[in-house]
Amino acid sequence: MHVLVCIKRVPAPGARIVLTEDQTAIDTRHLGFTVSPHEECAVEEAVQINERLGGSTTVLTLGPPEAQEQLRTAMSMGIQRGVLLQTDNPGWDPRATATAITEAVRQIESQHQPFDLILFGTESADAGNYQVGIRVAQALNRPIVSGVKQLSIEDGEIVMHRAVESGFELCRVATPAVAAVMEGLNLPRYPSMRGRLAAKNATIDIIEPQPRSGGLITRRLHHPPQQQSETVVLGTGSEAATAVVDLFERVGLL
Amino acid sequence: MTATLVIVEVTDAGVAKSSLEAITFTRTVTEGLDGVLSAVSIGAVPAAARDALASFGVTSLVELVGDIADTYAPAAWAAAVVTLIHELQPQVVAGAGSQRGSEILAHVAAIMDEPLAAQCVALEAGDGGWDLTRIRWGGVLFEDAYFDAERAIVTVAPHHTAAASAASSGQLQVDTRHVVADPDDLTATVQETRQRDGGVSLATAAVVIAGGRGVGSAEGFAELEELAGLLGGAVGCSRVATNNGWRSHNDQVGQTGTRVAPDLYVACGISGATQHWVGCMSAKQILAINTDNEAPLVAKADYAVIGDLHTVLPAIIEEVKARKVG
Ligand SMILES: Cc1cc2nc3c(=O)[nH]c(=O)nc-3n(C[C@H](O)[C@H](O)[C@H](O)COP(=O)(O)OP(=O)(O)OC[C@H]3O[C@@H](n4cnc5c(N)ncnc54)[C@H](O)[C@@H]3O)c2cc1C
Ligand SMILES: Nc1ncnc2c1ncn2[C@@H]1O[C@H](COP(=O)(O)O)[C@@H](O)[C@H]1O
Repeated sequence: MHVLVCIKRVPAPGARIVLTEDQTAIDTRHLGFTVSPHEECAVEEAVQINERLGGSTTVLTLGPPEAQEQLRTAMSMGIQRGVLLQTDNPGWDPRATATAITEAVRQIESQHQPFDLILFGTESADAGNYQVGIRVAQALNRPIVSGVKQLSIEDGEIVMHRAVESGFELCRVATPAVAAVMEGLNLPRYPSMRGRLAAKNATIDIIEPQPRSGGLITRRLHHPPQQQSETVVLGTGSEAATAVVDLFERVGLL
Repeated sequence: MTATLVIVEVTDAGVAKSSLEAITFTRTVTEGLDGVLSAVSIGAVPAAARDALASFGVTSLVELVGDIADTYAPAAWAAAVVTLIHELQPQVVAGAGSQRGSEILAHVAAIMDEPLAAQCVALEAGDGGWDLTRIRWGGVLFEDAYFDAERAIVTVAPHHTAAASAASSGQLQVDTRHVVADPDDLTATVQETRQRDGGVSLATAAVVIAGGRGVGSAEGFAELEELAGLLGGAVGCSRVATNNGWRSHNDQVGQTGTRVAPDLYVACGISGATQHWVGCMSAKQILAINTDNEAPLVAKADYAVIGDLHTVLPAIIEEVKARKVG
């Protein structure tokens, strides 16, 4: 089975998000970078499929040269090939991103082999556009299931469980297919030392994506209005128990 | 003439709250446009739900019925909506930023190759396009954006616009249409559904007892389980607890877990990263139990207890039991 995973490099803010002076971006001077947990699970799933069934695994991202870091992390977990759609422009709207990924998929497939399965996250961690995977699937005319929290391959078909409030919905699709997955799909592994070393020196294919105008143009980021309240300290250690249970009673829990 | 077309989700319980929010959200925009507010639903809409739509200011409703309404098939549903968009030519197409709403509208925008702005909290006609505000990072950050598109295809962020009926409402015109789906659009259709096991659901529990790294182990959650049991609540956790294999991801609260809105959220040994905060910020009251009186969640909480949760929780459990007996 030939599997492609699409990931996005994003900053990893802690308890507070600090904005740049012009308020158009997150101030990343003191931050590390990561990918969405959904996409980490997509990477892990691709590696597991490959361990079971063989074939090939590829990870792809559209981003700055620094996004090689996220590709290499995925490769240290066991992904075989990395592709960077390299751009210094941070203003890629989700439609433009999807168009560039679609073009790249066509290019890679024409040079190698078609992907049986392409994995996305349901939404990116920073922008949360909820659409890049669906756009790519539509453009390639392949079926897509979103919100996938369990995936298996039975008789060459992809069986997926979508998590919904009341339980699960099961979809079964033939390949080639696309899935937008969510955290909980699996428990991603930590990269091994050997994996890290191999990934460090692996070659990454660079493709130059074609920008596309229109759509979302960010003007300014800001924090939502928030009512600031004083925290009432109910006590220290076990002696706080009476005050806590008084609170339970006030809230109507007892 | 239709200015705005809203995709509404209707169940046996009526029009989904997130759809009513989406209607409320788009009603204001529609007032400045030439035309009326129309709704489209996949499946028949019962009388009570029709009344609700009318009272929310919807003027006309298109019900798409037939085979496609039997099971959830996002690509087919979207294709049917696209046909309607071509016919009505609305300037705004909207839906709830719910799981289904997000998915169907993404398909709609993809089929039409038009832009889509997801999770909006504000929208108005701008200079040749649209000015909008949408949420990022699960809701801890707002983005003001110019939307360079003729038509505004948007999803509306749930829980941000309070659903409110219209000042005046008229007659709802209903147009029922039979749709035959293209088999190609039915390849990723739901084939089976499975209900979740009984028990208190995290998303709707009145009280959530959540634990993070401070709990220290899977066994450490026994005290949280016991307290949740005594209070009729559910156990939640942070991503650290999930990643360490202490809890199943179904218990995770946050940006990539469940959003909860209980009457009381008790956060034990959780620091309060933004990605956790967005999952619990809608709780009516928050109590943080933490050894660190400077933990961000302690600062944001309504109430705090400073101390080791493994000392504090047993004392609380004992006190609850004592009062239950007394
Ligand atoms: C894109 C993205 C999405 C994410 N999504 C989520 C999500 O959905 N949910 C989520 O939770 N996280 C999410 N995270 C992870 C998040 O950033 C934090 O890493 C995580 O929430 C931290 O968990 P924690 O508070 O348990 O651990 P820590 O941050 O390590 O905090 C542990 C806390 O426990 C306290 N403590 C330690 N011992 C004790 C004790 N004995 N008694 C009392 N207190 C004690 C400490 O003082 C500290 O405050 C996401 C991250 C990213 C990048
Ligand atoms: N710049 C990017 N490069 C590669 N994949 C991306 C990029 N942006 C989004 N994706 C993928 O599309 C999914 C949905 O993103 P979004 O539509 O932005 O919420 C993400 O979880 C990724 O799998």
